[in-house]
Amino acid sequence: MDIMEYIWAFIIGGGICVIGQILLDTTMLTAPRILVIFVVSGVLLQALNLYQPIVDLAGNGATVPLPGFGYNLAQGAMEGAEKGFLEAITGPLENAAAGIGVAVAFGYIVSMIFTPKSPKR
Amino acid sequence: MAHKKKGSQTVVFEKKPYIIGRGNIGGKKESEGPLAACFDQLLDDDMFGEKSWEKAECKMLQTAMERAIHRAKLKKENIDIMLSGDLINQIMTSSFAARDLHIPFLGLYGACSTMTESLVIGSMLIDGGFAQNIMASASSHFCTAERQFRMPVEHGNQRPTSAQWTATAAGAVVLSEKPFSIPEGMRVVRATDATIGKVIDAGIKDANQMGAAMAPSAVDTLLNHLQDTGRAIDYYDLVLTGDLGFIGKDIMTDLLIDAGLNAEKVYAHYDDCGTMLFSKDQDVHGGGSGCGCSAAVFTGKIMQQMEQGKISRILLMSTGALLSTISSFQGESIPGIAHAIALEVE
Amino acid sequence: MPTRINIDGGKEQEKNNARKKKEIAKAYGRYAKQFTPRPRYLANCLKAFFTGGAICTLALAAQNYLTGSRGLSQQDAGTYVTIGLIVIAQLLTAFGVFDVIAKFAGAGVIVPITGFANSMVAPAIEYKKEGPVLGAGAKLFTVAGPVLVCGITSSMVVGIIYWFIERQAG
Repeated sequence: MDIMEYIWAFIIGGGICVIGQILLDTTMLTAPRILVIFVVSGVLLQALNLYQPIVDLAGNGATVPLPGFGYNLAQGAMEGAEKGFLEAITGPLENAAAGIGVAVAFGYIVSMIFTPKSPKR
Repeated sequence: MAHKKKGSQTVVFEKKPYIIGRGNIGGKKESEGPLAACFDQLLDDDMFGEKSWEKAECKMLQTAMERAIHRAKLKKENIDIMLSGDLINQIMTSSFAARDLHIPFLGLYGACSTMTESLVIGSMLIDGGFAQNIMASASSHFCTAERQFRMPVEHGNQRPTSAQWTATAAGAVVLSEKPFSIPEGMRVVRATDATIGKVIDAGIKDANQMGAAMAPSAVDTLLNHLQDTGRAIDYYDLVLTGDLGFIGKDIMTDLLIDAGLNAEKVYAHYDDCGTMLFSKDQDVHGGGSGCGCSAAVFTGKIMQQMEQGKISRILLMSTGALLSTISSFQGESIPGIAHAIALEVE
Repeated sequence: MPTRINIDGGKEQEKNNARKKKEIAKAYGRYAKQFTPRPRYLANCLKAFFTGGAICTLALAAQNYLTGSRGLSQQDAGTYVTIGLIVIAQLLTAFGVFDVIAKFAGAGVIVPITGFANSMVAPAIEYKKEGPVLGAGAKLFTVAGPVLVCGITSSMVVGIIYWFIERQAG
């Protein structure tokens, strides 16, 4: 167990969230727009091979925030592209299949079971 | 000949319709606020024992109306026309309440200005001799408005400091040509004149800046009203805007002083329902908003004070932001409107 | 005789009016901003940093447990961790706790995959009264839909570009 690994995960993960917080507080961007920006920027950074070093450094600190989701999609596409055209197209979803699948299926089941609560905020 | 019209935007009621009944109801957050004692009924659960938020709001509106009819010692068959509006698409709450109550119904949409709009039109109908008893009402519900105009309630996000809290409340009054159900010697509130507002767009696009978007229209209506009637702001014990909230109230005050009104008089005679319904430590950020905000504050605290003789002349100006979910997605700015109705105790 | 309108002049006028309107709106927006309390930037950022950091660190701990004690491959462990975070966030949303946490932590829980999971359940649960198909089924994607659409489209474009480069090179 390497303590530095944890420190980097904390710093990078927290840092990405701070960027999101600054966007939330200083711009009129709503949460969905910010989520889109993060995912697409993850895709673009990985396309330029810039996100892999962050992942190597921070591990889950870089893969758990949403740019990591974009990274995952782009990585699938890039690995698939080495094999062929079809793999380049199926690659992104193949890589993210578990996450998206669970989010959809479990989310649907949960929303069928539970009822909305009155706000406590 | 429009002989009841005065000045550019004001109408004067000859018959001065009486408010003979009032009723209101509030949700859970309202029950924790400073005006809790002024409600006829408060809910522990905003669902009100119904299956959906919309049904709950509908039931709240009906309850407030039934309370107002009861106070007026009337039966619902005695109500000639019901005027009502709310915030849900195609004013669903009001239409569905009217379906169950079986009263001739005219639906109104003036966003959060609906309470004054219904009072103004109701008074006009009575003054014109088209009706004897009129129900004027409005309602809003935090959960129905929030999910329609902004984000789902369960969605994790931080509300900006300027965001306002839609009141879960409904208010209704019965307007009448004659004060037959009011005992001799008791104070009764009458509508004397009204100013119909123009739609004014100051170019605000942020749906979380409602107070700032509506303040210019309230200023415009108030200045026109004072000019048309030749009154000063201290003619009224209280000039009350609907839901400008803390930010909008500050802007309104500043703009009024800027327009040449006496600053001390503005501070002494002007207030806003949105700043009264909730206290700042209830985490409501910009204050209260929604049709129900001015409806409940007016039918609650303000009517009580007038009946008790604490204040005798008020100008109620509910303010509305006429945005739709489509207009804000298309990047349109938010038009504001404010109507004013002058009420006095006799 | 009908009056002739100088069309170009009218357009110019219109443009000028529109510009003037925009300027007034901007000035009023600045004016209104003076009355708006500022968000507590530093406190918000610190909260986001610590919650976001904590979620990532916990995820890493889980990942290391799965690869170490359970002997899973790095990739499988990562997938399990993602699934775990999604399930937890969606359950918290269903219990009505997530919005309370998000009010405190802000981007700290919105930016991690937990925010994505929440954004699916929140509208779905809210609109379930409109039915299982067009209510919950459709609204599941009101917020998550754009994220998936943009993410998948951009990554597919990246894939095709890479494939093209690969072919040119090979």
